Amino acid sequence: MSTTSVTDRKGWGNLAPALPVVLGYLPIGFAFGVLAAAAGISPFNAVLMSIIVFAGSAQLMAVGFISQGVGPWSLIAATFIINLRHLLMSASLSPYMQKWRGAQVAAFAFELTDETFGVHSLRFERGDTASGTALLINLVCHTAWVIGSLLGALAGGLIEDVRLFGLDYALPAMFIALLVMQIRGHLYLWVALGAGALSMLIWGVGLTRWNVILAAVIAAAAAAGVETWRKTRS
Amino acid sequence: MAQNTLLITILGMALVTYLPRFLPAWFLRGRSLPPFFAAWLRYIPAAVLAALLAPSLLVEDRALNLAWNNLYLWAALPCVFIAWKWKTLFGTVLAGMLFVALARLLLN
Repeated sequence: MSTTSVTDRKGWGNLAPALPVVLGYLPIGFAFGVLAAAAGISPFNAVLMSIIVFAGSAQLMAVGFISQGVGPWSLIAATFIINLRHLLMSASLSPYMQKWRGAQVAAFAFELTDETFGVHSLRFERGDTASGTALLINLVCHTAWVIGSLLGALAGGLIEDVRLFGLDYALPAMFIALLVMQIRGHLYLWVALGAGALSMLIWGVGLTRWNVILAAVIAAAAAAGVETWRKTRS
Repeated sequence: MAQNTLLITILGMALVTYLPRFLPAWFLRGRSLPPFFAAWLRYIPAAVLAALLAPSLLVEDRALNLAWNNLYLWAALPCVFIAWKWKTLFGTVLAGMLFVALARLLLN
């Protein structure tokens, strides 16, 4: 990693945090496009979904639902539930957007995914809160997702091989790095372990669309409780 | 589903996806929050990332897999070490991909 401080990096260097996301989004977007074509979704609709929904897990779920003949309302309701976790991400980034214009907040929220959230949560904490760079990083990531989807939708019948070169591990590895860099004390470590365990537990009992949001809410609340309790004692 | 119905459905999906992404940022920014809530928000990134990561590393083909053949899980070990030691996002990603690619090459 470069030794220059976050403030004096210029131009393309600012976009470096988008690179792992791009590496992950191209093959997964491609896989989505291929699966969408197989499910009978037109290339137009597949690409439209990647442009205006822009949510990997919901889009892949939608493909599965559509191929099973699930109706529009069920699909929209399931999308809402699976994407509800973004409430937390949006709330947690909100303190850093105080000086942004309304339109910038609206545009940023449009491209807030698990991955862009992970990247920005780290950047914002380090003081990189300029709206322009944040929006540009989001745009680069979103473009990779759309291009991947388009190529996949057009390739259609060709075999998907996202396992090539270990590309399928780009996003898990990125999440590991982002999580490790979030650990700034004992309490953070406990939050991570607790949220991970809870997520598995909730997933294990069959609530596979709720595990992320429930686990995160509970683990973060427990840590916030401990922190406030410690402060009132001292 | 007909393509036109699907088009309307996609618009609905876009709306219900956008609102949870937009509303908290819009209404919470610039507000001074109670200490507990502010602390809660500070712990959210670590909690969300861990909650997302755990199933993606431990679940394979919709079942818990802690065995040696779960490549995603074992590849996490060098990734955690590299991220912790050198604080590098891109380095961790490259190392993780390399580990997975090499393991597949050697094991197959």
